[in-house]
Amino acid sequence: MTTLSDPPRESFQLSMLLNDTRYRSYTFQFIALIALIAFFGYLGSNLVQNLRDAGLNISYGFLGEPSNYDINQTLIEYDSRSSHWRASVVGVLNTLLVAFLACVTATVIGVIAGVLRLSNNWLVRKLMAVYVEAFRNVPVLIWIIIIFTIMTAVLPAPRDFRGDDPAASMLFDAFAFTNRGVYIPKPVFETGGVAVVLVFLLSVVGVFYYRRYATKLLYDTGKLLPMGWPSLAILILPSLVFYVLLGRPIGLEYPELKGFNFGGGINIRGSLIALWFALAIYTGAFIAENVRAGIQSVSKGQTEAAASLGLRPGRIMNLVILPQALRVIIPPLISQYLNITKNSSLAIAVGYMDITGTLGGITLNQTGRAIEAVLLLMLFYLVISLSISALMNVYNNAMKLKER
Amino acid sequence: MSDTHQHSIVFVRETMLPEQDPPVTERGIVKWMRQNLFSSIPNGILTLAALVAIYVLLANFLPWFLNGIWDAPSIRACREILDGGVGGCFAVLTERWNQLLFGFQYPDTEYWRPTLAFVLLFVAIAPVMFYKLFPKPMLFFTGLYPFLAYWLIWGGSIWSPIFALLGFVAGYVVWTRLVSKSFAAGFFGAIVAAFVVWTVGGYIVPALTPEETALVAVPSRDMGGFMLNMILGTVCVALSLPFGIALALGRQSDMPIIKWICVIFIEFIRGVPLITLLFVANVVLAYFLPPGTTFDLILRVIIMITMFASAYIAEVIRGGLAALPRGQYEAADSLGLDYPQAMRLIILPQALKISIPGIVNVAVGLFKDTTLVSVISMFDLVGMIRGPILASTEWNGVYWELLGFAAFLFFVVCYGISQYSQWLERQLQTDHR
Repeated sequence: MTTLSDPPRESFQLSMLLNDTRYRSYTFQFIALIALIAFFGYLGSNLVQNLRDAGLNISYGFLGEPSNYDINQTLIEYDSRSSHWRASVVGVLNTLLVAFLACVTATVIGVIAGVLRLSNNWLVRKLMAVYVEAFRNVPVLIWIIIIFTIMTAVLPAPRDFRGDDPAASMLFDAFAFTNRGVYIPKPVFETGGVAVVLVFLLSVVGVFYYRRYATKLLYDTGKLLPMGWPSLAILILPSLVFYVLLGRPIGLEYPELKGFNFGGGINIRGSLIALWFALAIYTGAFIAENVRAGIQSVSKGQTEAAASLGLRPGRIMNLVILPQALRVIIPPLISQYLNITKNSSLAIAVGYMDITGTLGGITLNQTGRAIEAVLLLMLFYLVISLSISALMNVYNNAMKLKER
Repeated sequence: MSDTHQHSIVFVRETMLPEQDPPVTERGIVKWMRQNLFSSIPNGILTLAALVAIYVLLANFLPWFLNGIWDAPSIRACREILDGGVGGCFAVLTERWNQLLFGFQYPDTEYWRPTLAFVLLFVAIAPVMFYKLFPKPMLFFTGLYPFLAYWLIWGGSIWSPIFALLGFVAGYVVWTRLVSKSFAAGFFGAIVAAFVVWTVGGYIVPALTPEETALVAVPSRDMGGFMLNMILGTVCVALSLPFGIALALGRQSDMPIIKWICVIFIEFIRGVPLITLLFVANVVLAYFLPPGTTFDLILRVIIMITMFASAYIAEVIRGGLAALPRGQYEAADSLGLDYPQAMRLIILPQALKISIPGIVNVAVGLFKDTTLVSVISMFDLVGMIRGPILASTEWNGVYWELLGFAAFLFFVVCYGISQYSQWLERQLQTDHR
C-alpha cells in the first residue's frame, strides 16, 4: 500500500527570490523598475537643476505669441502676426500635403516599376532593375537636394519669359516652370461651380455603386455587365452636362507674366516639388520591390489553374493573382507610407515649411524653447505613426487567412 | 513481287540528311530579340521607348562626362577651358577631394591615419564576413580593431584605448570563469570587472600620457566628410546589434514590466523621424546631463543614432525569433537548458541567421541616414558639399559633379553591402531546394 501525499509545503525563503524560477521574474522586474525610476529621476533632477541655472522654465505660452516670420507656402490663412501655434498648424498641413502627394505618386511609380520588373521584355526589365538599385542605394537627402538644384539652378528665371524672343516659354501657355517655382492654372469657381463639383462627387459614388451592383449581379445570376465604359460614362457625363447647362461656371485662371514675376495661377514652390518628387521616386523604388515580391509570392500553379479554367489574362490578374498578391504587398506598402511621412521631415534641408521647418526650425530658434518644441514635434509624428500602424493592424486582422 | 516495285521507286536515300540550321528568325541574336524585345506589339513599343530613354540619358551624360575638366583652380577657369562647350567640371573633385573625404579641419599631414583605419577595416571584417575563407586567429585582430581605429583616427594617448581594451579583457576573463556556474554571475561579474579596470585606467591614463603623443590628438569636431559618414555608420551599426538583440528578447519576454519597457522604447523610436532625434542630440540632450558636463556633439549623435538603429534591429530580430518553429524552444527546454543557455545555443543562432537580410537592410538604411547629420550643421559629405564647398567663391555652381560624386560613393558602399547580404543568404541556406 502506498499513499500519495502532498510534498511538505516549503516555507518561503529569501534566496528563493533569486533561485526559484517562480519568483525570480518578480525580482528581475522589480530591479528593472527601480533602475528605470532611478534613471528618469536622475534625468529629471538634472533637467530641473539645468533649467534653474539657466533661469528657464517649461511653458507652452510661447505658442500664443506672434511668430514674426513668414511662410511662403501655406494652405490656410497665415501671416507674420499669426501665433506660433498657427505656424505649427500650417506646418502640420504642409507635412500632410507633401506626404499625401508623395504617397500617391510613389504608389503609381512603384506599381508600374514593380510590374515592369517582371516584364518579359529584357531591356525594360534591366532598365527597371537599374532604377530600383540606383534609387535604393543613394540617400534620399541627396535626391532631394539634386531635384531641388534642378528646380532652382537649372530652370529659367521668370525674366527669361519676357520679350519677343524669350529664352523660355510656357507649356501649353498654362504651365510655367521657373526657378521661383512652378505656376499652374488655378480653378476659379463662379456661381454654380460648387454644384458641378457636387455632381462630380455624386457620380464618383455612383460609379462605386454601379460596380457593386454589377458584381452582385454576376455572383447572383452569372450575368456579366460591362464595367469599363459605363463607369467612365457615369464618371464624366453628368458633370459635363451640368457644366454646359450652368454656363461653364468653372474657369481657369492662367498664370501671367507681370513685371518681373508671374502673377495669377497657383505657385508651387520648388522646395515642395523637390521634396515631393524625391520622396516619390525614392520610395517608389522600395514599393517596386514590394510589388515584385508580392506578385512572385503567388505560386505559378495559381496562374495555370486559372488559365485552365479558361480565364483570360486580364481576369487572371484581377481575380486570381492580385487578391492574393495584395495580401503580401499592402503591409509593407503601408510601412513605406509611414517612411514617407517621416522622411518628409527632411523638408528642413530645402526650406519647405513643414512641421519640422516651422515648429522644429524657426519657432525653436526664435523662442529657444527647445524641449517644448522637440517634444511637440515628436508627439505629432508619434500620433501619425501610431494611427497608421493601428489602421494596419485592423487591415491585417481583416485580411488574415481564415484557417479552420 | 518486290521486283515490280523497284521500278516504281526512282530513288531511295540511304543516308540521313545533314541537319539543317534552324531558320534565321529562330536562332542566335534574332531569336533572342524576338523573344525578349519584340514578342508582341506593345512589347516592341516598350522596347523602343526604353531605347529612346537610354539614348536621351546617354546623349546628355556621356559628352558631359567624357568632356570633363579634371584640372582647374576654379569654376571660372573651367568655363574658360570649356569655352562654351559641354563638359563637367570635375576639377572640384581633384581640388577638394581631401575636404570631401576628411572634412575641412582634419590636419592634412594626418590623412594617412583615417585611410589606414579604413583599409584595416576590411582586414578586420573580412574574417567575419567570409568566415570560411580566413583562419580563425584573424578574429583576434577584429577584436583589437575598434581600439586601434579609435587610436588612429582620434590620436592622442595610446593608453586610453589600451585601458578600454583591458576592461573588456578583464570582463571576458571573469565571464569565462563564472559562466559555468551561473549566467547571471558571469554577466554581472564581467560588467563589474570591466568597470573596475576602466575606473583605475581613468586615474592612471593622465599620468601615463606624455606631453607629445605619438599621434597628434584630433578633436571630434574636426571630423568631417565621408569619413564622418563611415564612422557614424560602422560605430552605430556595431553598437546597435547587441542593444537590438537585448530589446528583441525583452519584447518577447514573459515579464510584463520588462516587456512594456521594451515595447514603449521601440515603438517610440520607430514612430519619430531620425531628424527629431538628432534635434534632441543637438539641443535637448544637454539639459538632461549633469550640470557642467560637456559632451561631444559626435558622441551625442552616436548615442541617438544607436538608439534609433537598435529599435529597428530589434524589430527585425523579433521577426526572426517569431519565425522559429515553436519546437525549437520546446526542444531547448526539454534538454534542460536554462533561458540564457537556450537563447545562446539554440534560439539566437537560428533567429539571427533568419534576420540577416533584415539586419543588412537596416544597416544600409542607417548608413544612408547618416547624411542627415548635415541638417544639424555637422560637416559630413553632404554637409561639406552644401556648406564650405558650394559656398566658396571658386566652386559656387558646381552642383552635378559634387552631388554625383556623393551619390556614387554611397551607391558603391550600399550596393556592395546588399550584394554581400544576398551572397551570404545563399551561403547560409541549409534547407534543400
